[in-house]
Amino acid sequence: MTEPPAAAYTLLRTDRFVARHIGPRRTDIHDMLGVLGYASMDQFIDAVVPEDIRLRRPLDLPPNRSEREVLQALRGIAAQNRVFRSYIGMGYYGTFTPQVIQRNILENPGWYTAYTPYQAEVAQGRLEALLNFQTMVADLTSLPVANASLLDEATAAAEAMHLTGSVKRVTGTPEYLVDPGCHPQTIAVVRTRAEAQGVNVRVVAADDMVFGAATIGCLVQYPATDGSVQDFAPLCTRAHLTGAVVTVATDLLALTMLTPPGEWGADIAVGNSQRFGVPMGYGGPHAAFFSCRDAYKRHMPGRIIGVSKDSSGRMALRMALQTREQHIRRDKATSNVCTAQVLLAVMASMYAVYHGPDGLRRIAERVHTQATMLADALRRLRYHVVHEHFFDTVCVEVRSANLQRILDAARDRKINLRVLDSHHLCVALDETTSVADLSDLISVFSLDVALPYMLGSGAVSPEPIPPALARRSVYLIHPVFHRCHSETEMLRYIKRLEAKDLSLTAAMIPLGSCTMKLNATTEMMPVSWRELNRLHPFVPLSQAQGYQLLFNQLETWLAEITGFSRVSLQPNAGSQGEYAGLLVIRAYHRARGDVHRTTCLIPMSAHGTNPASAVMAGLTVVPIATDERGNVDLADLRAKAEMHCDTLACLMVTYPSTHGVFEASIREICRTVHDHGGQVYMDGANMNAQVGLCRPGDFGADVCHLNLHKTFCIPHGGGGPGMGPICVAPHLAPFLPDHPVVPQGHAQSCGTIAAAPWASAAILPISYAYIALMGHDGLAEATKVAILSANYIARRLADHFPILYSGTNGLVAHECIVDMRPFKQSAGIEVEDIAKRIIDYGFHPPTVSFPVPGTLMIEPTESEPREELDRFIDALIAIREEIREIEEGRAPRENNLLTNAPHTLVQVIGDVWDRSYTRERAAFPAPGLREHKTWPTVGRVDGAYGDRNLVCTCPPMAEYGAT
Amino acid sequence: MADIPAGLLYTPEHEYVRRTSDPAVVEIGITDFAQGELGDIVFVDLPKAGASFTRMGVFGTVEAVKAVSELFSPLGGVIVESNAALEGDPGLINRDPYGTGWMIRLRMSDPGELTGLLDAKAYGAKIGE
Repeated sequence: MTEPPAAAYTLLRTDRFVARHIGPRRTDIHDMLGVLGYASMDQFIDAVVPEDIRLRRPLDLPPNRSEREVLQALRGIAAQNRVFRSYIGMGYYGTFTPQVIQRNILENPGWYTAYTPYQAEVAQGRLEALLNFQTMVADLTSLPVANASLLDEATAAAEAMHLTGSVKRVTGTPEYLVDPGCHPQTIAVVRTRAEAQGVNVRVVAADDMVFGAATIGCLVQYPATDGSVQDFAPLCTRAHLTGAVVTVATDLLALTMLTPPGEWGADIAVGNSQRFGVPMGYGGPHAAFFSCRDAYKRHMPGRIIGVSKDSSGRMALRMALQTREQHIRRDKATSNVCTAQVLLAVMASMYAVYHGPDGLRRIAERVHTQATMLADALRRLRYHVVHEHFFDTVCVEVRSANLQRILDAARDRKINLRVLDSHHLCVALDETTSVADLSDLISVFSLDVALPYMLGSGAVSPEPIPPALARRSVYLIHPVFHRCHSETEMLRYIKRLEAKDLSLTAAMIPLGSCTMKLNATTEMMPVSWRELNRLHPFVPLSQAQGYQLLFNQLETWLAEITGFSRVSLQPNAGSQGEYAGLLVIRAYHRARGDVHRTTCLIPMSAHGTNPASAVMAGLTVVPIATDERGNVDLADLRAKAEMHCDTLACLMVTYPSTHGVFEASIREICRTVHDHGGQVYMDGANMNAQVGLCRPGDFGADVCHLNLHKTFCIPHGGGGPGMGPICVAPHLAPFLPDHPVVPQGHAQSCGTIAAAPWASAAILPISYAYIALMGHDGLAEATKVAILSANYIARRLADHFPILYSGTNGLVAHECIVDMRPFKQSAGIEVEDIAKRIIDYGFHPPTVSFPVPGTLMIEPTESEPREELDRFIDALIAIREEIREIEEGRAPRENNLLTNAPHTLVQVIGDVWDRSYTRERAAFPAPGLREHKTWPTVGRVDGAYGDRNLVCTCPPMAEYGAT
Repeated sequence: MADIPAGLLYTPEHEYVRRTSDPAVVEIGITDFAQGELGDIVFVDLPKAGASFTRMGVFGTVEAVKAVSELFSPLGGVIVESNAALEGDPGLINRDPYGTGWMIRLRMSDPGELTGLLDAKAYGAKIGE
């Protein structure tokens, strides 16, 4: 290749992104290859990735672009969306995000780049915000146990139905009753889940519900989708006589004025917390809530934050009752859900902290008053307002002949109304509705006839909230909801919590299987553009042309990257992708008359979500052994495929394997399953090792999901949001998810997976931007560096620790497993002690005890610079020496640097120091820590204490900061 | 080193069986080895009196902070009593597995099934001690 002339150099763009995304510099890469004994990157990659699956051409994607070019392209796309005033309701409402929350949480990497708070000692900030969220939900719904968010309202309702089935067990086919006043998307998601689970759903009005022996429970909505507010107390009485469980989908803002469900007898409450300051975002991401009676806490889905104490006896928070969850209970888990919607739950909880109970009540009263004024005006205009009792949504009867005229008048004013049916319209008001908006709405309905009266002059409506349903109980009495009503206090509270947590802004988070790579600022910027985040998910497609363009482009790119033909962006998380993909496979078999194909083979090394998802999709799990090298045991696979050949639905396989190895036999694995009539589901959790090097669609998979929050740069948000689109081969395309409100045109669809048609649409520009910035060349380069960095770590640690599992040539893929089990015998040190000691070195620990108990799994990603890799490796080696001191009797087996880790500032500066080592070694074990260190704010958290005494709402103030 | 009292009977699933003064009734719990492997136990789900199980039927679950295990009935029979004290203090299983940490008392349907259980020596060999 000839060098370009010098003059041309000076005209090259100076803002290329690829080298900003990739951490190691060119010289570092050269050195790292040298450590591994390879002369070039190509030679190295050839040694890692099996030749028979290699993609020997560049991906058919545009070349890399600069940050400015991509932002400009995205601005052009966003400009094609048209932001109308939407009064559609249906679980999505306009809201004012307090700017102090937008800038300091939504747009702040200190919050959005953190991981799920498994390491509680460096996560007390978001744990506190989530405890506030749970307290807010428990108070407003008046049900004592709340979780720290689910993916959306519809899936929360489906989870409630599942819980219902474990509370009331029946013989024969269980029946579940759903009131038609629920949102259509909620009903569709519940139906899809029920169908796979063998539950018979009947849509029947609450007043007509009959609870038989097989009726496990019912779902109602309060206020209903058409705005009506009904007293469900008599329904609860009838249901409870038979042991049936009543779930109510509800609205937090309405509950500041309406009698809360827990007071009239509901057993479970679910809903969307979006209108507490989270933009609509064309469907998401938002945090759904879930609260229930105390008796159901062990059946509850999702993450629960609980209060416990640390090694010094001080209050400390952590995730509670984890044995319910898929990562422990696998196919017997309460749900397959992993990620929550932490960032959005934090925002909603902060909205409540910012406004307090009085502020929330004022917002609710204002919305309600406006709805009452609107109802009044409509009645004066001789419309029939259908429901006497409502909160914020007015349902109005219109003559069919007038319907189109009203809609035209609305469109002229850039207003969206909800068409309930051919002669009913609904108008849902919200926090953002102004008096001018109200007057516009009235003009729409008056069809421009001058009003014969002044707005708000003398109400003619009856009291829209009946006295029996007017809330009398107090809520949000905890001081945290009363202290931060000035912006100064609010800002400091947000910052104080942020400072307690370790995020990517402080150090590497080398969590294996989690891909904690750079979430670049440019990628994040569109998230707060109004053209993208103000859209209601159910606006006419003509107003969302920008989004449609973006979806189409992203789908095309993801299809090319995976080697598949079609993509569905509906699954809202990896777990939902698995569930959706399996439903697609199930629908495919059924369409061919193979209704008996319900066996799902899963390697024992699989992530717990796999078996949990399979069970949710109505499949029966048959485990496949793994051999001593961590690979799928081919002989066992063949035997099981043979044994179950009549019922085989599919194999779920992660690639590279959960052990972080490119299994050479993947093609044969896929072929074996196909030969026995099964389909291959590939879990895309480890896609970061494949992009640009090989494609699941080429080596035999039929469907895979992608964790956009791993490989494609959506930040983890401290435990959500995520996105889990699925990519399928052509024969599965007709079975992709559909949506009742915005049809997707899949003739033989497997059903509806998420509340919104494109799930968390507002974060898709992040993945779009990443792919556009990197281009085919940058993406492949990123994959190579991710693999190189993992192997570099493995090689440098190999002299100090056993490294488990590697592929051909002794190389790992994009992550490596370090075995800590020997130290239990040699020094009485558990893997947990080592993980906590890593915190003292200023890092977030790697993945603990997955996929192998007693090990750490490290995934550096391509974004971590060489210096950071070395700092981390040196920390692990130093910890090995600390263990050696114990092994050799130079340090005691108890009360040592590891068993006491992590060390808090309070501990090391305390007057009493009774340790066998110095304060300095405790706190500053490595160079550089004096200069910068994220301190754990609590000592080792006592998980057992908190699980034995579950407290999942804010404890009295005296507990905070008590020593 | 896990405690394996002589005189009790054991299963490969780490339950122990103790005979009581009533020859048809046995007391069942999990072994010291099992509690050590699970770690701090936070919850046990036990059946009510009157429930019946076949041999190897799942009679309950035991949960630690990061592990959960099903409990398999070593023998067929009917529950006479479950240890109510475990509800308030599941840590008894960690502190005193063979004493106050017992789980259920079972009226055997077929005392002949006792012959299929392990003695202390055989169980010790099974767990490598």
